[in-house]
Amino acid sequence: MSTKTKGKRLRTRWRKQDAELTLLALPTTIWYILFCFLPMFGIIIAFKNFRISGGFLSNVINSPWAGFKNFEFLFKSNDAWIIIRNTLGYNIVFIVLGIVIPVALALMVGMLHNRRAGKVYQTMMFLPYFLSWVVVSAVGWAFLSFDKGIVNQMLVSMGGEPINWYMESKYWPYLLIFMHVWKSVGYGMVVYLATITGIDKTYYEAAVIDGASIWQQTRFITLPLMKLVIVMMFILAVGRIFYTDFGLFFQVPRDSNSLFNVTTTIDVLVYKQLKTATVGMASAAAFVQSVLGCITILTANWIVRRIDPDSAMM
Amino acid sequence: MAARTVYESGLDKFNRPSKGVNIVFNLIFILLALVCVVPMLVVLSISLSSEDSIRQTGYHIIPTAFSGDAYSYIAQQGTMILRALGISVLVTIVGTVLGVLLTASMGYVISRPNYKLKGLLTWIVFIPMIFNGGLVSSYYINANLLGLKDTVWALILPLAVSSFNVIICKTFFKSTIPDGLIESAEIDGAGQLRIFFSIVLPISLPVIATIGLFLCFAYWNDWFQSMLYINNQDLYSLQALLNNLMSNVDALAKNAASMGVSYAVLAATMPKESARMAVAIIIVLPVAFAYPFFQRYFISGLTIGAVKG
Repeated sequence: MSTKTKGKRLRTRWRKQDAELTLLALPTTIWYILFCFLPMFGIIIAFKNFRISGGFLSNVINSPWAGFKNFEFLFKSNDAWIIIRNTLGYNIVFIVLGIVIPVALALMVGMLHNRRAGKVYQTMMFLPYFLSWVVVSAVGWAFLSFDKGIVNQMLVSMGGEPINWYMESKYWPYLLIFMHVWKSVGYGMVVYLATITGIDKTYYEAAVIDGASIWQQTRFITLPLMKLVIVMMFILAVGRIFYTDFGLFFQVPRDSNSLFNVTTTIDVLVYKQLKTATVGMASAAAFVQSVLGCITILTANWIVRRIDPDSAMM
Repeated sequence: MAARTVYESGLDKFNRPSKGVNIVFNLIFILLALVCVVPMLVVLSISLSSEDSIRQTGYHIIPTAFSGDAYSYIAQQGTMILRALGISVLVTIVGTVLGVLLTASMGYVISRPNYKLKGLLTWIVFIPMIFNGGLVSSYYINANLLGLKDTVWALILPLAVSSFNVIICKTFFKSTIPDGLIESAEIDGAGQLRIFFSIVLPISLPVIATIGLFLCFAYWNDWFQSMLYINNQDLYSLQALLNNLMSNVDALAKNAASMGVSYAVLAATMPKESARMAVAIIIVLPVAFAYPFFQRYFISGLTIGAVKG
């Protein structure tokens, strides 16, 4: 669809239906302008010495240009290294586990003799996905609280020393990874199981007649037919590698300062600085995230289109 | 050997491991399912424990001393909690209705093949999927320019539309509504608004239900918008209230104290610890009862999403 022919059609035939459809799309279009496109232009505050008081527009226009000072400030701080390490490090672990564990469990559920039991397990494992991070944080507190928590009570009753969980950063990489897997495994299983149940049964029939073992059926039928979905989920996850789940890294560690080094990702840093009104660095970090995120998502989409054009975004 | 397997297992029983392996798999899944469900039961048990037992011996998987104090406190004196429940319900209902209408209308418009501005609007939907202004500029635009700070709209509007949902709708309309149906309605003289509201929406219930459910859970579970834009405690949703109680267990007593009773008395007598977990249970209960029944719609939405990102 070239713009030339589009322009020509616009001029020649603007029918009543077009006017009505435009009217129908108008509220949503206004929503997009206000909540998506205005912020895109607001991103220039990363290059400004933005002041918080007063009207937003006059501030954006009148505040002096800062050039790349905000970025210099960000990258010269110690925080920059920490947030890059945490953001990418956790995401890489999450991507790998987010494929290996749900795929393995989906394969196992698909093999259970009792279909109904499989449904029940799957439903139960889907529960954490529907909990908010605030609730998960309360759940975590019930287990990890220093003086009342269940884990410390168990440690003490077994003769051990109670651990001050919210002050000891060495446990948190494992705790965060566990919490992430716990909350998202049900979702992953659903996606992969949908693929498995969609596989034509005659493949297995033929394989069994040829004497294939259960492992061979998995290895040569199920996994190859799941490959496309797995690759797709992988690439989409890689496309979002600069974004992290704010709730996991902010709510679950309860914003504890002793855990700063292992729980601060780019989203947490931006939020904290926004709340403490250090806008310069926050806007620079948000800008870096938006731009790198855009590049990775476009790259991921480009790769998806080469593998399976129907699954690409455009 | 192979033929015997077929005979034994029947037609729909291919891809099945031996009995022993099956038992091991079942045990693994029972363990995993418990790991996913028991933590919520622990929260329930804390909310049903007496305040004294919590103060003396901490949290337990099974309460050492049962007590419904937290819930009777909420029913009788928990104005703050009941108001938060009201805000959560209001935001969820208004947000879901508004979100479904905004999403479906846009999805329908960009699914019409002959619409003149289809290209432009498709880009408007598409661009936010790959680029966004980031938290800082979104925050200042919503708080300062649009004046949403400390209004209930700050909880509703920013979450109403997602391009992902619009595209699910568009794909659905394109693949399931026959062009002939729309065309014959047009020939009969129906306007596009009428076609959308009285033909397209009623026959698109599956996708409307899916989007509605996504939105419903998203609004009910949202705490981030409150954290960003709401300082006025009267506008706290349940999630925002729980968030506040997690960092400050005395907040309930302080709020009640401002209404006349002495703070010291309340702080000593109120079931603070259990009331806090009771708020978590009030949040989770409707979700836990609803999702097993609506799972089907979720799954269809998620799987469309996985393939049609």
